[in-house]
Amino acid sequence: MSYENEVEFNQKEKMDSKLWKRLFGYAMRNRALFVRILVSMLIVAIIDALYPILTRYAIDRFVRPDAAPSTDGIWVFFAVYAALVLLQGFCTMRFIGRSGEMEMAISYAIRQEAYRKLQTLSFSFYDKTSAGYLMARMVSDVARLSDMIAWSITDFLWCGFYMLFCFAAMFWFNWKLALIVMAVIPPLAIVSLYLQKRILRYQRVARKHNSRITSAFNEGIMGAMTTKTLVREEKNAAEFETITSDMRKASVKASVLSATFFPLVISLGAVGTSFALIFGGAGVQATLGGSETFLGIITAGTLVSFINYASSLFDPIQQLAGIFADMQSAQASAERVLSLLDTESEVQDTPEAEAKYGTSMDPKRENWEPINGEITFDHVDFFYKESEPLLRDFNLHIRAGETVALVGETGAGKSTIVNLICRFYEPKKGRILIDGKDYRERSQLWLQSSLGYVLQQPHLFSGTIRDNIRFGRPDADDTSVHRAAAMVHADAFIERQQKGYDTEVGEGGVRLSTGQKQLISFARVILADPQIFVLDEATSSIDTETEQLIQSAITEVLRGRTSIVVAHRLSTIRNADRILVIRRNGAIVEEGDHETLLKKGGYYHDLYMHQYQEDAMQEALK
Amino acid sequence: MKKYDRYKPLFLPALKGAGKYFLLSAVEVVLAIFALYCASIVTSYTLDWVLLGQNPSIPAPLFQWLKSLGPLGRSYWLCGLAFLLFTMLNGLFTLLRRTHVAKGAEHMAKVMRDTLYRKLNAVPYDYHKHVSTGDLVQRCTSDVDTVRKFVTNQLIEIVRVIVMFVVAAALMFAIRWEMALISMAVMPILTVSSFLYFRYVRKYFTEVDEAEGALSTAVQENLTGVRVVRAFGQQRAEYDKFTRLNQDFCKKNIRLVKLLGLYWGSSDAIGYLQIALSLVLGVLFYVKTRGTAHPFSLGDIYLFLALTSRLTWPVRQLGRVLADMGKATVSLDRLNEIMNADNETEPGKAKTNCDLNGDIVFTDVTFGYDKPNDVLDGISFTAKAGQTIGILGSTGSGKSSLVQLLQRLYPVTGGEITINGTPINDIDHHLLRKNIAIVLQEPFLYSRSIRENIMLTAPDATEAELFEAAREAAVHDVIEKFADGYETVVGERGVTLSGGQQQRVAIARALMQKAPIMIFDDSMSAVDTETDAKIRTALRSHHGNGILFIISHRITTLHEADRILVLDHGKLVQNGTHDELIREEGLYRRIAEIQDYRAEGGEQA
Repeated sequence: MSYENEVEFNQKEKMDSKLWKRLFGYAMRNRALFVRILVSMLIVAIIDALYPILTRYAIDRFVRPDAAPSTDGIWVFFAVYAALVLLQGFCTMRFIGRSGEMEMAISYAIRQEAYRKLQTLSFSFYDKTSAGYLMARMVSDVARLSDMIAWSITDFLWCGFYMLFCFAAMFWFNWKLALIVMAVIPPLAIVSLYLQKRILRYQRVARKHNSRITSAFNEGIMGAMTTKTLVREEKNAAEFETITSDMRKASVKASVLSATFFPLVISLGAVGTSFALIFGGAGVQATLGGSETFLGIITAGTLVSFINYASSLFDPIQQLAGIFADMQSAQASAERVLSLLDTESEVQDTPEAEAKYGTSMDPKRENWEPINGEITFDHVDFFYKESEPLLRDFNLHIRAGETVALVGETGAGKSTIVNLICRFYEPKKGRILIDGKDYRERSQLWLQSSLGYVLQQPHLFSGTIRDNIRFGRPDADDTSVHRAAAMVHADAFIERQQKGYDTEVGEGGVRLSTGQKQLISFARVILADPQIFVLDEATSSIDTETEQLIQSAITEVLRGRTSIVVAHRLSTIRNADRILVIRRNGAIVEEGDHETLLKKGGYYHDLYMHQYQEDAMQEALK
Repeated sequence: MKKYDRYKPLFLPALKGAGKYFLLSAVEVVLAIFALYCASIVTSYTLDWVLLGQNPSIPAPLFQWLKSLGPLGRSYWLCGLAFLLFTMLNGLFTLLRRTHVAKGAEHMAKVMRDTLYRKLNAVPYDYHKHVSTGDLVQRCTSDVDTVRKFVTNQLIEIVRVIVMFVVAAALMFAIRWEMALISMAVMPILTVSSFLYFRYVRKYFTEVDEAEGALSTAVQENLTGVRVVRAFGQQRAEYDKFTRLNQDFCKKNIRLVKLLGLYWGSSDAIGYLQIALSLVLGVLFYVKTRGTAHPFSLGDIYLFLALTSRLTWPVRQLGRVLADMGKATVSLDRLNEIMNADNETEPGKAKTNCDLNGDIVFTDVTFGYDKPNDVLDGISFTAKAGQTIGILGSTGSGKSSLVQLLQRLYPVTGGEITINGTPINDIDHHLLRKNIAIVLQEPFLYSRSIRENIMLTAPDATEAELFEAAREAAVHDVIEKFADGYETVVGERGVTLSGGQQQRVAIARALMQKAPIMIFDDSMSAVDTETDAKIRTALRSHHGNGILFIISHRITTLHEADRILVLDHGKLVQNGTHDELIREEGLYRRIAEIQDYRAEGGEQA
């Protein structure tokens, strides 16, 4: 899937705190969960910081280098140690589970909100935004952000608490030695942060090369025949090899850079440990000998604990740097996700309409007036871009129950008229009246629930044939489903399937032929029984038998409904009550029934003759 | 399948150039671990000898030498510096190790990708008709990546953990075997339990993946079917469906994370209990052996603790690595499926120097996929040098196959095709294809500039030749109108050309090839009739003694041909000139009548 290869190149250098505050707000919605994670992390970090103290205690209390050793109470010590270990193990288990819960809570909330948004956004949005782009936001971006937010909260808490307690313990034991050991922390932090950022940058470069490789493979396979006929095999392979060489170079560079990180950080950390050895060692020796260095009295146990603390400090610092670097690189994803949530729909129900008719999520069907299907365009202007008007002062009255066919060239405005009737878009000027009332006074759902719509490319949803036929009326019983299928003659092929109506159609209906998908989409409309029917007819040719089935299906669907057909099939056009020939900007240049227009000898006549010829050709070549 | 066959097609050849890097990194693993342990030993030496004046646990000769240094051998500064030095060496060798592993693994990945790419070019075209592009791309990218990750993260990790374990064991046993046994008591438990655990949770990972897949599918379908959803007013139902899937995904994911939490929590506890045990028993040993010839010293306690805590987590990780190894072999098997496909072969003498300027003769040619003659059956005709051959036929009549056989994109199943007297099976397929230019109905343009696309077959051509080819294909003016002209990038990563524009660019590309044989497979269907005529006039005036095949439904196009072949269900049903065929009852006349109908029939209606 190509959306996974999308890589962001424009990394923002500045952190946008408002953005992150809003995102972390999702994590804070469940306060109780956050508090529980906080408590677990607090306990885990305290116990982590306690281990060196326990070692110190064991050395100073039992080993006692300055006196005779003793084992008094060693089993009690072991019991305490073991109890702490078990408590920590328990808390670890809890915090992992709860961070997982938090991650899911965040991703759940964002996805619900975004999906809800997507159900209400108007088609102007969908026309500008590809499904692939939205998929990437909904799937990978949300997953990445929720993962990052939840676990960076956990990591942040641990790092913070752990460092705090380590510092406290060191200061408590010997504040001078603590200061010496901690001197390495600022450079450590700076180096970590700097390197983490660079590493991420190089990883991005490598990812970019990776997506080039993917498209090269894709091209190589898609163009296999052309490559063979042009005898390009060797040259293409050579070009491909330069891409893979670039990839190798970039990946090695990224790996080497992240490998450099480790020695630098542990060496800096080791400086702290050697300070502990040098000054602490001398201090302990002096203490054992009964004197003091500038560090004052210091025991062997304290020395060992300092060595342990010093060698474990680089870990939380590295993690903190990682969190900030991650956030920075995820900022672009965060912006995109939030901007999706903030998108305003261009077509919106008025507050009055919403109050009476309900929203598209929570309709108040009891308040809906029944629909007759009379449609009036009243001086309608429409454009997507102001400089390119599509309809200008368009007027049309369609009686309830009438079948109107729209014909004309691509770009004449046929689809625009359909989009406006469906209220996928609204007029820029003028009004559209349904049953005599401006449709903006009612809700979108009121209209769309009474509207049947069949596209050029029929779209089915994964699930069974039955589910698809029932799409518009999920509560329909089997008898109605079968009746609808029979009316459009889809029953024959459905019953031939091994599982009949329970046959899975596959994602997007891939397991069915185009003709079969069309028949099902007609059955779907029949079952939904809309008052207004809109058909964007396909130009693609299908086998004769199915073609005939579809012809009769269309006749069936059109009967007794207000129908608007963007027509390509001769039979559909011929049977229409009224044919409109649309030219530029929605100008209706010819109007009338088939006979009248044919006699007129204009555009319709030519179009009809051309169609007739095409059909005859198709027939002859079959 | 023999055990090592899995590694033969791809893995071993790729390993070849990478071997030296992996060898180096193995050495560096050992050195890094050596340095790491030395740093701990320095600390233990400091505690024992420098601080307490007891005999440290280091080899006797080394100790003698250090003693001979006098006060320097007991200097904290020396110890501090030595600690720093060994840590830095550990860092350095780790850096080198990771660099070399990266170089080796990236080299392997490159070789694997290159090999696969070449393989995909080397298989017969038939192969591509039977596999899905998405699946192939998926294999060539993510499966290669899985194998690469296996090499970088897992293979070397296994080596590292084993070396760590062996060296630490040797060290501990050398100091005191009883303590060594105790300190490593839980290691096998950790490895085995994490191995079993990760094998056990695999199905939960799969469940989460599937739930996420279902969620993505729902989003995808909703987005692509947004018009249907709105037109049926099903927003609420779609939202409810999504909510269910979203909840299901969250529930499964949380269950998995909780299982992971249980594992990490309990194995953490086991690891720390091991450390506690080492500490307490270390103290007991210290007390018990005090004053004996070989006392267990404070430095030893420290060293055992340090080694144990360093070993615990990698040993636990080892179990996971082992459990995940299966993924790499699955990927490798999927890649081998590609590698094991047969290459395109030369059935005959593979002549590379023969003259292809001459008559083309089809003698009783049959061809089919399932049966030997289900596509073409007994086709015989002669195309003389300098002739234009028109081909007409219904969908599925075999006309595209006919011209593709000429290029040997598929082998004939019977009969023979000769060019200038040489059977095409005896001509090297590269030579053959270089001498035949073909333009498809839906031509494929590479994702690069128009200039590069047209010049693919003649990279050394001049600008004037380029423009001339484009003019003949009636596309020069169109290209000039683009903002970037000939530098306009087309295809996947560039602008989308209309069908007619694509066809004309492909025609220009074919013209550049200057091949004696040219084939137009319905390749002007999206070009209007006027332009079509213009292109054909240009073609004829330039073609000279070559042979031109034109597949078309347009009688205006076909009627100029020297010979017209009409195919029906794989059989050659008519063969003659326009004047001959128009007088015969048959498909040609029927089509001609339909097309004339438009000109005269209008008045009749």
